[in-house]
Amino acid sequence: MNSKFSTRTIVATGLGAAVFFVLFTYVKVPSPIPETSLQTAYGVSSFFAAIFGPLAGFLIAFIGHALSDFIGYGSPWWSWVIASGVAAMITGFAAGKIAPAVEEGEFSTKELSYFLLWVAVANVAAWLVVAPVLDIVMYAEPVKTVFVQGIAAAAMDAIVSGILGSVLLKAYASTKTGKGTLSRDN
Amino acid sequence: MDQECIIEFSKFGFQYFSQKEPTLYDIDLKIHKGEKILIAGPSGCGKSTLGNCINGLIPFVYKGTMTGSLKVDGQETRKSSLFKMSMNVGTVLQDSDGQFIGLNVGEDIAFALENDCMPQEEMKKRVQTIASIVDMEDYLAQDPHELSGGQKQRVSLAGVMVDDVDILLFDEPLANLDPKTGKTAVELISRIAAEDRAVVIIEHRIEDVLHCAVDRIVLISEGRIVADDTPDRVLASGILTECGVREPLYLTAARYAGVPVTAEMRPASLNTFDTETCAPYIRRWFEDSYVRTHAEKKREMLKIENVSYSYDGVRQILKNVSVDVYEGEMISIVGKNGAGKTTLASLICGFMDPDEGRITLDGEDLSRYSIAERGEKIGIVMQNPNQMISKTMIFDEVSLGLKARGLPEEEIRKRVDEALQVCGLHEFRNWPNSALSFGQKKRVTIASILVPSPRILILDEPTAGQDYRHYSEIMEFLKKLNENGQTIILITHDMHLMLEYTDRAVVITGGEKLADMRSFELLCSQELTEKANLKETSLFALAEKCGINDPLGFVECFIHYDREVRSNEA
Amino acid sequence: MKLKVFSYSRLDTFVHRLSGLSKLVCFLLLTTAIMLTYDIRVILAITVLSFVMIRVAKIQFKQIRLMLIYVGIFLAFNFVLTYLFEPEYGVKIYGTKHLLFTFFGPYTVTLEQLFYQITKLMKYLSVIPLGISFILTTNPSEFASSLNGIGISYRICTALSLTLRYFPDVAQDYNTISLAQQARGIEMSGKAKMTERLKRVASILIPLIMTTMDRIELISNAMDLRGYGKNKKRTWYSRRPLKKADYVSMIVSLLILIGSLYVRFAINHSMFYNPFV
Repeated sequence: MNSKFSTRTIVATGLGAAVFFVLFTYVKVPSPIPETSLQTAYGVSSFFAAIFGPLAGFLIAFIGHALSDFIGYGSPWWSWVIASGVAAMITGFAAGKIAPAVEEGEFSTKELSYFLLWVAVANVAAWLVVAPVLDIVMYAEPVKTVFVQGIAAAAMDAIVSGILGSVLLKAYASTKTGKGTLSRDN
Repeated sequence: MDQECIIEFSKFGFQYFSQKEPTLYDIDLKIHKGEKILIAGPSGCGKSTLGNCINGLIPFVYKGTMTGSLKVDGQETRKSSLFKMSMNVGTVLQDSDGQFIGLNVGEDIAFALENDCMPQEEMKKRVQTIASIVDMEDYLAQDPHELSGGQKQRVSLAGVMVDDVDILLFDEPLANLDPKTGKTAVELISRIAAEDRAVVIIEHRIEDVLHCAVDRIVLISEGRIVADDTPDRVLASGILTECGVREPLYLTAARYAGVPVTAEMRPASLNTFDTETCAPYIRRWFEDSYVRTHAEKKREMLKIENVSYSYDGVRQILKNVSVDVYEGEMISIVGKNGAGKTTLASLICGFMDPDEGRITLDGEDLSRYSIAERGEKIGIVMQNPNQMISKTMIFDEVSLGLKARGLPEEEIRKRVDEALQVCGLHEFRNWPNSALSFGQKKRVTIASILVPSPRILILDEPTAGQDYRHYSEIMEFLKKLNENGQTIILITHDMHLMLEYTDRAVVITGGEKLADMRSFELLCSQELTEKANLKETSLFALAEKCGINDPLGFVECFIHYDREVRSNEA
Repeated sequence: MKLKVFSYSRLDTFVHRLSGLSKLVCFLLLTTAIMLTYDIRVILAITVLSFVMIRVAKIQFKQIRLMLIYVGIFLAFNFVLTYLFEPEYGVKIYGTKHLLFTFFGPYTVTLEQLFYQITKLMKYLSVIPLGISFILTTNPSEFASSLNGIGISYRICTALSLTLRYFPDVAQDYNTISLAQQARGIEMSGKAKMTERLKRVASILIPLIMTTMDRIELISNAMDLRGYGKNKKRTWYSRRPLKKADYVSMIVSLLILIGSLYVRFAINHSMFYNPFV
């Protein structure tokens, strides 16, 4: 993948954010914890991040989340919007290894575990560091509240990003498989 | 008027890095300013690749090995850049939604100017001027979701004309348009062709493009140019059919009648075609082969009674529509985009509930079933198979619905095997979906809808964007299903499909049912085709020109004859 | 699914006439002012101003009703949660304790806690009308040029513009695909385990993402073919030139921000305004 912000990456960012926005606003899956839901959109941002890199990932989650807050609440809750962006950005550091493999049609256990590792790091950093700290600095939220919310968010978003992200990467990789090795069965 | 040569291929070849074989071989082609060229050929022949070489996507976006030379405006393209080439070549892509980047018409037309850093005031003036050339000057503030497909295409055209390009390249401009809009588009392309500009049209719908004259047809087959000549000579030679490209229908009729077609008879257009020579052949053939048939009525299966629907409670999308579908038939529902035909299909499938009226299947009211339950009785196949396929392997894809419904493993295997047999996919059952062609993918989606054995199969534009060979392949397959008793509803604006495969057509216009009649009769009525955004078939005009006093009967006769020919070929 | 989420209305009011750039700058300045203060006097002043903006922009209640419901739920939830986790956070901040009554154990109700939580509630509430009057009065096609106007790379602005252009198409794709999958027997409603639900969502996401990847290639070709990215800069067809009212609004917003900082550092010597000492 090109390291510079190519036209394809820009378009992927714009459309990725559109998908993120639609899912974040309309498609939530009820989680086992009452009154909370899994945001399927994080699966999409981690997929795009792993293919198009950290900057695209950051912008996809940031733009998508901010727009969704704008139309839902009138104004974005910046600390969480930024945390969403950071989670996707860190996941995007996996792109260096994942993107070339996936474009060649390869997404095996090796790539999967590498991807999941970054997803885990990303969500811990975003929801246990960035979001709580920003909440405290920007909004002077009580410390205990923000960390409890952070733990719940980190766990749920890591699960969604991990599961949906890898399912999508696998599916995308399979569309890149060569045709030469197949034979017909009778 | 020896005009300057603006595109020059010599001994040109190209091979994508990802492919084993070259896509283009030994291309020698010269295109001059002032010329209007039609590049034709079946899908996968390399014509789009040729187009991408002209506009610079090759080699600057799609990588591969180039051999020989290609000069655009005197410059060897491999030494140029995409930016430089974009100043010379304006490309109107097939998908006008993908090309409409701006949030409104004015902004989209200005896109190239914005990239060029033109000051805003100058830009506004230029946009105004160009918009008026394509008749869009009153729509500058509209957003793309308020425009029709034809209007979006005009915006795309304006968007590439702002640069004052020397070459206009149209990549399958008719693929997403209904016949009437397509006709207008061809007229517009003809209007903007000028002395100092070359127009290149890539298209496989020969008859529709030839509605306005072109200078040459370049026919490509398997990566090579197999014909490069005047339309009259190319059409007369019969090479189109050999390459899997559809000839104009009037010409096919003439050949069936045994007319020895020559270039001197000017077959490129029905207006110039020497029908005097044809007339005796055609009249004799008609007398010999015409057997009048009557549409036979069968048992009513699906009844749509007085159905009305509105999304917002204000604008009625469907007004009091009633349609009966008979057991074992294959019908088409036609009408221009936005006329309500897709809404009708959604109502039949239970995606939405009608505000008024009811829908019954075998006498049973369908409103009490959930979407999934209805899906077992009425299956719908979307236009784009990529919108349906969610599994990597074919077997998993086809069995998805049965697994979701919790059927036992053995039963699933049996039913999937059957469906794969019927769809001719059995030997591919362990392949990934991604290894299949578009037509095969289409069959996978049909198989996955067929497994619960629905009473009715609905297909949305089953042949959209397909060339003649794939069109025939898909339609012959559906015909076979139908002959085995499957009731099929097709939503389409493809006139060939209507004429050649469905006996009955229901026309929906402005939310109302305008007509419910035999397809060939519909396509012979100027008034009805006009209202439904279709075109009268050229067969009808041919019959009239040849002095046949029952032109309707002639069209019917052609269809029956043609069906025989097709099923013998298949 | 409602597709036209940004129901931008083409009215001619003072707020509508402002350029998107100056509205964005004002929005950012005022929300920053709010963010950096916990002084209810400053917050109330800005709240009044922002509700005045809503009136001036002639925004109808029905346009924002749904939003207000969401906000109400969110704030109520936040209010309760804050109390449950830190019932004496106010006492910690303000250093005094005026006990009103006690529910049980640590769950006391103090004036300080009430004051803290009401201030916080107002703080969140006050930015809502600002956001609403920005979003509903700005033509979406001005967003991108406005952001570019405050110094953000035009490539990022293009990405945002594409998001606004294509999200209705994406929403429609999602809808179509979801219905088609349901017709094949995948129930979207009804009870199921979490992993089962994720699987169902995946059966929609896979086709959605694959068609989106196709669309990305197409759009990026269309942009390349029209010279996108040729220069380091670009001009904007939809940008509105700045007028006097634009400069005045931006200056007023800047003064409010400075005022809020002045109150914080010169008067309160703290983020919080403390009426208890």
